[in-house]
Amino acid sequence: MMLALKLAFKNLLGAGLRTWLNVSVLSFAFVLIIFFNGMIDGWNRQGRKDTIAWETGKGQFWHPEYDRYDPYTIQASNGLMSDEILKETESKRLVPILVVQATAFPQGRSLAVILKGIDPMLTVLELPVSVLSSDNGIDYAVIGKRMAEAAKLKVGDKLLIRWRDKNGTFDAREIQIAEVFKCDVPGADNGQIYLSLQTLQEMMELKNHATYLVAGEEFEDRELENWVFRDLDFLLEDFNKIISAKKAGGSIMQIFMLLIALIAIFDTQVLSIFRRQKEIGTYIALGMTRMQVVGIFTVEGGAHSILATILGAMYGIPLFLFLNKVGISFGVGQGMDITLAETIYPYYSIRLIISTILLVVVSATIVSYLPSRKISKMKPTDALKGKLQ
Amino acid sequence: MRKVVVLFVALISFAAFTSPDAKEILDKVDRNMSSKNRIFESSMIIHGRRATRTINSISYSVGNKKSFTEYLSPAREQGTKMLKLEDKLWIYSPSTDRIIQISGHMLRQSVMGSDLSYEDMLDDRKLTEVYTSTLAGKEKLGDRDVFVLDLVAKVDDVAYFAQKIWVDAERFVPLKQELFAKSGQLLKRTEFSDVKQVQGRWFPMTIVYKDMLKEGSGTEFRITSIKFDQEIPEYLFSKASLKK
Repeated sequence: MMLALKLAFKNLLGAGLRTWLNVSVLSFAFVLIIFFNGMIDGWNRQGRKDTIAWETGKGQFWHPEYDRYDPYTIQASNGLMSDEILKETESKRLVPILVVQATAFPQGRSLAVILKGIDPMLTVLELPVSVLSSDNGIDYAVIGKRMAEAAKLKVGDKLLIRWRDKNGTFDAREIQIAEVFKCDVPGADNGQIYLSLQTLQEMMELKNHATYLVAGEEFEDRELENWVFRDLDFLLEDFNKIISAKKAGGSIMQIFMLLIALIAIFDTQVLSIFRRQKEIGTYIALGMTRMQVVGIFTVEGGAHSILATILGAMYGIPLFLFLNKVGISFGVGQGMDITLAETIYPYYSIRLIISTILLVVVSATIVSYLPSRKISKMKPTDALKGKLQ
Repeated sequence: MRKVVVLFVALISFAAFTSPDAKEILDKVDRNMSSKNRIFESSMIIHGRRATRTINSISYSVGNKKSFTEYLSPAREQGTKMLKLEDKLWIYSPSTDRIIQISGHMLRQSVMGSDLSYEDMLDDRKLTEVYTSTLAGKEKLGDRDVFVLDLVAKVDDVAYFAQKIWVDAERFVPLKQELFAKSGQLLKRTEFSDVKQVQGRWFPMTIVYKDMLKEGSGTEFRITSIKFDQEIPEYLFSKASLKK
């Protein structure tokens, strides 16, 4: 094996530019695979972290009738919180949220909105709703940047909202925007207006009612009667699907890049075996078995990947460290309906790096072995003479 | 004897010059506006932010419980039919050849982008059943003497908590109606005009609905022809007639 490795590297380095061209292409594919997957993993980690912090908590308890995809369920999907739940909400381990459909009328336009009643003193989510606790006769509201842009609202603006109470009777009142927050989670922002839970309960005549309860880290996992627990897998299902789709889409490009590099190695191997028949005959004449010679050529082809890994590491590591520090700014996150930070910091896991190295080495070795199989069918005497076979 | 005559004349004068009470006014309004059945052709003119659309239709209705409407134009809406039976509503769309039942919260959606919701069309209870009415006064609206009535909901399941209605003091048709939220916020205004006498009853031929929270000129509903107490075949008020 050592002999095969020594010979492989000696021959590769001897081949000069041809070897370095192959190694460069393969190293580019190697770096690209790690970069792309690092970006997706970074987006995934940030997205999950932000969604948990701003929207889902570590899980939620839903009213059985509540369906986040069906706005027609909203009116009927709220329930009275039991004493047990109220105790948990007082100790800030659960955050009750009451959801109500309404219409807002910014500048004479009508806009369908979701009113969310939330405890201003909440600690489970990062929503900056403490301003809602102010008690000076004004109904304050907090909205996200996306909502503010859609409705053309800013802090201090007054907004007329119309809703129906629990009996279906119209009511309307003016609220004042007290805070506009910026977050990367559209689910906590788009079309939503946050009011104090107590205010919304009074508006709806639904004292101590909630649509769902957000569980904080300190909440002890258990079932709550008449409420359905939704875990993070359920709550992040859409986000996970987007990530999977992006990974699948990206893998096509990665396979294409890898394929170009592997075809180059395959070509080099075919050419080597054709041009080095005398060398092959000499190895066999010196007592090597055909399979040992196949091994030498396979190792030689596979060694491209080792050189590619070294070369890739030489320019890839500084590049990745730099990107990890400054991140990559997309600047489009606010306008999209998916959780995407304005700046994504790629995340390169050990698992990603090792799996990519293995992928490159194994695939390069396989494409090196395929043309080398021809050696086992060669006649050593003809090979020594350099006869075409 | 002279005292009796004076008292009699005084009573007659009081009866002649005093206003009827609010319930009496609403009953008279109901007599004008309600009928056993009616057939009318109308144009609904929807004034949007960018453009104005006119939708022509023919409607058949029996009391307040049954109605059938067919849209005649524009071409995009032609053949669309709407059937209302009690508190249920179905719509047939010729482009999809399907009948859809409008129920639950879908009833709160706007009809063809107008200022009217399906629910507004379905609410067929008499005002006297839903509201407690008081006569707020008598005033002039344009050149007409009107009674002003204040209505406050006496049941829970009502869309508008309060209403104010201006009723023509001579013809007993509403000339203006304002609908209020629980907070007192004015939500919608309806203006009735072009009052004509049809088969012995006064009826407003033009009604303008305006959502007061939105910009725009509202939705105009013009009745081009109306006939009361006609023979309307019963089969019209069945789901089968929607696809015919």
